[in-house]
This record gives sequence, structure tokens and C-alpha cells, in this order.
Amino acid sequence: MSEISVTVNGEKHREEVEPRLLLVHWLREQLRLTGTHVGCDTSQCGACTVVMDGKSVKSCTVLAVQADGSELLTIEGLGKDGLHPVQQGFWDQHGLQCGYCTPGMIMAAYQLLQSQPDPSEAEIRTGLRGNLCRCTGYQNIVKAVQQAAETTR
Amino acid sequence: MTTMTTTERPPKLIGEPIKRREDPRLITGQGTYVDDLQPAGTLHMAIVRSPYAHARVTRIDVSAARQAPGVVDVLTPDEVKQNSEPIPVAAQLEGMQMPVRYALTGDEVRFVGEPVVAVVAEDRYLAADAAALVEVEYEELPVVVDPEAALESGGALVHEELGTNLCVVSPIGDAEAAGRAIDGAEVVIRQRLMNHRLIPNPIEPRAVLAHYEPGPATMTVWSSTQIPHLLKTLLSGCVRLPEQRFRVVAPDVGGGFGCKLNVYPEEILAALASRRLERPVKFVETRQENFVATIHGRDLIGHVELGAKRDGMLVGCRIKVIADIGAYQHLLTAAIPTLTALMLQGCYKIPALSGEIVEVFTNKTPTDAYRGAGRPEATYYLERSMDLLAAELGMDPAELRRKNFIRADEFPFETTTGAIYDSGDYETSLDKALAVVGYSDLRNEQARLRREGCYLGVGLATYVEICGVGPSSSMPAGGWEMGTVRVERTGKVTVLTGVSPHGQGEETSFAQIVAERLGVEMDDVTIIHSDTAQVSAGIGTFGSRSLAVGGTALVMSLDKVEAKAKRFASHAMELKADDVEFEAGRVFVKGSPEKAMTLPEIATLAYNAVDLPPDTEPGLEATSYFEPGNCTYPFGTHVAVVEVDPISGTIDLQRFVSADDCGNIINPMIVEGQIHGGLAQGIAQALYEEAVYDENGQLLTGSLMDYAVPSADQLPTFELASTVTPTDVNPLGAKGVGEAGTIGSTPAVVNAVVDALSPLGIKHIEMMLRPQRVWEAIESAKKGAR
Repeated sequence: MSEISVTVNGEKHREEVEPRLLLVHWLREQLRLTGTHVGCDTSQCGACTVVMDGKSVKSCTVLAVQADGSELLTIEGLGKDGLHPVQQGFWDQHGLQCGYCTPGMIMAAYQLLQSQPDPSEAEIRTGLRGNLCRCTGYQNIVKAVQQAAETTR
Repeated sequence: MTTMTTTERPPKLIGEPIKRREDPRLITGQGTYVDDLQPAGTLHMAIVRSPYAHARVTRIDVSAARQAPGVVDVLTPDEVKQNSEPIPVAAQLEGMQMPVRYALTGDEVRFVGEPVVAVVAEDRYLAADAAALVEVEYEELPVVVDPEAALESGGALVHEELGTNLCVVSPIGDAEAAGRAIDGAEVVIRQRLMNHRLIPNPIEPRAVLAHYEPGPATMTVWSSTQIPHLLKTLLSGCVRLPEQRFRVVAPDVGGGFGCKLNVYPEEILAALASRRLERPVKFVETRQENFVATIHGRDLIGHVELGAKRDGMLVGCRIKVIADIGAYQHLLTAAIPTLTALMLQGCYKIPALSGEIVEVFTNKTPTDAYRGAGRPEATYYLERSMDLLAAELGMDPAELRRKNFIRADEFPFETTTGAIYDSGDYETSLDKALAVVGYSDLRNEQARLRREGCYLGVGLATYVEICGVGPSSSMPAGGWEMGTVRVERTGKVTVLTGVSPHGQGEETSFAQIVAERLGVEMDDVTIIHSDTAQVSAGIGTFGSRSLAVGGTALVMSLDKVEAKAKRFASHAMELKADDVEFEAGRVFVKGSPEKAMTLPEIATLAYNAVDLPPDTEPGLEATSYFEPGNCTYPFGTHVAVVEVDPISGTIDLQRFVSADDCGNIINPMIVEGQIHGGLAQGIAQALYEEAVYDENGQLLTGSLMDYAVPSADQLPTFELASTVTPTDVNPLGAKGVGEAGTIGSTPAVVNAVVDALSPLGIKHIEMMLRPQRVWEAIESAKKGAR
């Protein structure tokens, strides 16, 4: 077992974990932050996307021990003080259907807007390439991110 | 009685793009999917699967696995066979061969991924560790991969005991008449068309949590399913527990697309293990398991012959379909290709049509319903054939279609395959799509670009499909739906529905219907679904039936609630029921709208029950079952515009226009979302997705690294148009839209690519249109021309 110290959504956690434990399982099963989902095992779908030290990562491809000392933001933390503009955009523009890819998609979109506050449609589509949605055909996700970009500009 | 100061109606809700009520929980991480549930003491199950497509199992040794840390139980085939019934098969066709299959396979495995042993441990890591310690010895057997070769005698057999790989042959139409028509036709096109195998890939893999509680002797199963009520009946039977003490809950479900419309081995195994261990047992599929162990879709070869006169009038169609159904039947496997047969006539008048649907076993994952389920295949065959015919005749493909359409004044229309189309206006839909895309300008542009050596293509598909399934006579487990409307004492409204939405937004659209009819705020209406302990009965969500069938059950209950409210109010006001009217949440006196009672006032009377009207029971609640008299037949026109790079064979899908008609619309925002998603899946079949097996029956496209579920940068912005042709099959006039997008889009894209390359003499390229295949077609056309 290894001890890790991680700040998640502003709250500090110090815990013993197995070295092989995936970050996503630590978040979901030990911290019970189940908003972060698992959709594949090859880092394609992005349902597990969280923001680690300001960068979006696929938490199914990060070991919990690798997160030691880092600051994490998950979907639960994003809207702690009311809906974040990205969340609002997804709601207003019907950017989700089954909702399973949505937390990861929102975190990826949040991180995209951090680095590119005014993306073109093509940049949004390319920027979200690492996240798969099977329901929406992405059109309303693009609109959601555009709305979020406009409201935060 | 309240004297109302205003008689204004509350805002109109039906037909409005109301934002979804499901979303606040889903965008904040507060949704509850099966894997989010973790009752105290939950165990995890891992499955040992066959690595071979066909092999005899000669030895299973689980002793090391039993000793592994954290292991609580190991289930082997013999025990499973003793303690459970076979995996249910609901679609049973006449003369069908039906091998028996249990949740674990004992002596022989018949596809890669078939479950052999189940291991239950304290957590998912330990379960996976222990599963790796299970030793299974296999003796490889000859593998059947090609469904056409599988039909030849003397070859390898998937099921030795059947003596054949043929599952069933279903004829349709009048073979003699179709034969005469084809023989006498002035022009006949003949083409083999492959509608290849797809893997549904909902982003939430399958998940199940079974919890047997010994005290009350009850089983609760949370499953990522589209059919909680059918699953309750079938699964309780499989594990031999009484249905009335068996509860199934589908919490938030992360997409289904047909593949969660089934009873799976892992559901049986989790229930068996939980019953034995008296602890909750959870199984969550990995994505790579999902690729081999969840049903696949499509995989139908069509040999099409389409005959016409020189002027383009169709005279006959004959088709032989060979369906590769994989190693076993699942719940509806055998029925899916018969939907292809039913819809072969499409939007056209075809005087003679016949077909033969041949379903074949191979050593592959079983197929079953995948979004569209039979209609995309039929539409692909017909719409590719129409373009081949147009090319042969030198006619514009839009004009050829227009010439053969069933006209708007000819509905209801009975097809030669036996479908009765309820309503339609195909020409208006075509006109609308052509106007949006700017068809004649595009053709001019295409001619100009061709002179410059650019390959622009325009592809059309007109489609009619089948939704709102369906009359119970056409369904193995009933085609009705149930809906309860309960006005509570306070006037708030609880709605129970037997459909099981998993992304389709009925918590919103059903509330729109109920709130508008009862004149209450949407916040005062709660829609409860997908829990068999709360909702008495239901069939589920598939076949674009939720609104057309489930919504109608609610409309029937609303009618009953309104009638009863009128009885209570008129009795209280000392009037006859005929003297009052129900509108917008109040019952008022005809001619004196200021004299009225509100819904909460009436509800109080109904539940206090101190002065009941004659022959009236207390309470203000109604339950209805709607049995539709027919299916519904939505339709539309899809147009794709592509440019093909002749050097690399890559395809740039520049535009996609979709004109769809799903009858009356409750929430246009949700309808557009359904179309977008369907288009993405239909376009992806043409351009990106294909399940590929090698000659050993190994799935080469067995993960998201190898199977291209499209990402945002691989799809265009869709241009939607719509027409509205209501149906009279249900009082809502709604037809259904869940699958429409997948149906016309695939042939539209392929038609566009072939159109682009037609100057090279290319008449057909087989899907999926990977650049290499397109490039090879271009190269071989160039060589042929030299």
C-alpha cells in the first residue's frame, strides 16, 4: 500500500491505496464521487475525464499513486457554486441524451475553453476528439461549448 | 367552489422545445447508473471467456481460483445448467432451428467471448486476478465464418447436433409474380449488397447488480436494460424465483440502441450468485467484453434484382437475404431480418415483390436489434438499387424516386409485403430536402467541378420505416404499453409509465403532455419509470414506441382522470356531469367559466370521500393499457454531399441534409437530438464502423482502438428540415423518431460517393467506405478504362 495526498474539488484527502488502483476507481469507489464514469479500457472514450493540475486527463489511465500531490477537479466540483457555464450550455443546448459521456465531455470542454477561450467550430470538434458520445452526433455539444465560450468571454 | 378571476389557459407545452428535466442531475454528476450503486457487502463478478471461436472444452480447473485472495465463489457450467433455465429466445419463427444455450457453456464454445466460468470476489481487481487463474483446456474445432459458405453441405458446423448451419428460411411475397415481373422487365439491375456487421457501443457498457435478501426472500436486480418489466418476467424464470418477489430497476441507463433489449448470461449469473451467497453481486462489462459479449447488429447480405420499364416505372423486385446471425439466437435475433423483409418496398409502388430471408449460424457473436433493426438494411438495398437503376436508365435519381412514389392520396397503403402504411407524403419530403440542399445548383456545380477534375457527389435516399411497435399480434411478448396518471390529494401529479427511457427524454416530454392537459406546472408532475416495484406493468423502450404507444396510454388515463374529476366537481356543484367542462386544471360550468373548481379542490373531495357521486369510487387515478391497431410509418429524405479525393480515396462529407417526418411532435428539441444521433450512427456505418472477423473467427475490431465510433471532428453539422404528417393510429398523431436518422443516411452517403466517382465508370463500392477500398475502386476503374 502507498499513501497518497490529493486535493479533490478543494478538499484534501490522505489515503492508503494499492499501487495498481486506477485513479478513476479511487474517485468512484473510495471517495464515492461517481459522476466520473468508465466507458472503455483503452483511453478512447473519455467518459472518465477529470482535470488534474489544470490539465484534462483520462482517469482510467492514471494510477491513483500518480495523482499524489496533485489537485483534481471532477464534475462534482465544477458546479459546486451553481452551474458552470459549460454545464449550463449542455443543458440549454440539449448537449446530452443518456448522460453517460457527459461529465467527461463537460470536463474536456471546460479544459478546452481554459486553453482556447474563443474556439472556432472546427477547434471545438478537434478539441473534443478524445471524448466519444454515442447519442448526440455532437452537434448540440458543439453548440453547448459555443454558448459557454460566449458567456464566459 | 372557487370563483376564478381569470380563465386564461396556462402556457402551451406540447410542441415546445422545453429543456430536459433529466439534465440537472446528469450534468452535475448526480446521475445514478448501475455501477454507481454500491450496497454494503457488494461482491464483484468477473467472467472467464472463450478465446476461441469454436472449441471443445475438455477440462475446467477452478481450484487455484477458489484459493485466490478475496474469492467468495466460482460458478461452473455444470452448476449453472442445474440451477437455471436456458437463455430466453422470444422470437421463434416457423421451422426455426433453436440450439439451447445456458449462461455458462459446458462442453463446447461457439464464439470468442462466450462465458465459460464466473468468479465472484470481494472487489473487481481480485475478481479479475482470480479469473486469470481459472484453467480451461480447449480442443479447437473447425470455424464457420462465411455465412454463404456455411450453407454449402459438407462443411464445418456451428452446432453439430443440428446437422446444418441453416437456422431458418422465411419467404415473403409472391415469388411467381415477382419472377414474371423481373423476367418481363425492360431493364433489370442485379447487385449483391452487403450491409455489414456493426457493434452498438453505448458509452455505458452493460452492468447488473443482483441483491437477494433471504429474510423477505426477494431479489432486486438493477440492470442497465431497456426492458425492466420483460427482464423481471424472463430473468425470474431463468433463475427459478417467483416473479412476484422479483424486482428489476433500470436506473439511469447510459444508452442502449437496442443492445440492452435482451436477457444476458451475466444477468443470470449475477442473480444465481447473489441468491447462493445472499449478498449483492455486481458485474460491469469492460469495453473489450462489450465488443464480443453484447449483441451485434446488421450483417445481412442482399442479392437484389430490381426490374423497371425504360421510362423508370418499377415493375418488380426480388431479393435473397442471407443473415449472419452468429452462434446462437438471443431474445429477438431471428425476428430482425424479417423486419428487413417487411420494409423492402420502401416508398414506392412495386407491383410484384418477393424475397427469401435465410438466417445462418456462424461462429460469431449473436446479432439482435441495433438501432433501426432491419429497416436500415431494407432501405440500403432498395435505395442503392434505385441509384443503380437511375444510372442504368440515365435518369436523375430524384426524378426516378418521384416517379415511383406512393402518392399522398393513396394512404393507408398496403404493401405487397403486408405492411399497412398509415400516412405519408413522400414527394413533399423530397422537395423539401432538395430545396434545402439546393439540388439543381449542386448539379450545376458538380458539372463544373468535374471539368476541373474534382469529384463532388450528391447522394439521395428516401425512406419509410416502422415505428410505434406494435400490435401485440406482431410481438412475442405483447406490443401494448401501460400508463397511470394519479392526481395526489394536493393536486400534484404522479405518472407511472411502462416505457423505460435511457436518453430519450420522456421525463420531460411526458410531463409536457400531462401538465398541459391537467393545467398544472411541469414541476408538479413527476414521471416514474423503469422500476417494476413502482410501475405495475410495461414493455419497454425500443422500436421508437415510447411516445406513440406509451404516451398514448397516458392520454387514455388523462381522459379517464378528467372524466372522474368532472363527476366529482359536478356532484359538488349539484350539476350533471354533462353541464361542466374540464379545461386547464379546472372544471367549470358550461357557459359560466367563472364558476369552477380547481384540481386540488377536486382531489381533496376525491380522497376525503365524504360525499361521493353515485357509482364513483374514491381517488383520482387511472391506469390504461394502449394496444395499438397498427404500427406507425415515419418517412423522410436524406441527402449527402461529398467530395472524394481520387489520390487518397478519402471522403469529405461536406453537407448532410435530413428532412424527416415523424408525425406530430411534442418536443422539437428532443426530436432534433434523436435525429442527430441517428444520423451519426448511419453515416458511421457508411464511413467508419465495421466489425471485422478473421478466418479464425477472431474479432479484429475488438476495441475502440480498432473500431471507429466517430468523434466530433468526423461528422458535419447536419441541416435538418421537417414535414409533419400525423398518424391516426394514436390520438397524439405521433409516429416515433428514435431510429429514423440511421435509416436513410447510410445509403445517402454511399450513393453520394458512387455519384462522385461515376465519371470513372464506377457503379458500386461496397461499404464500409474506407479510403483504401475507395482508392482501389478508383485504381481498378482507371485500369479498366486504359
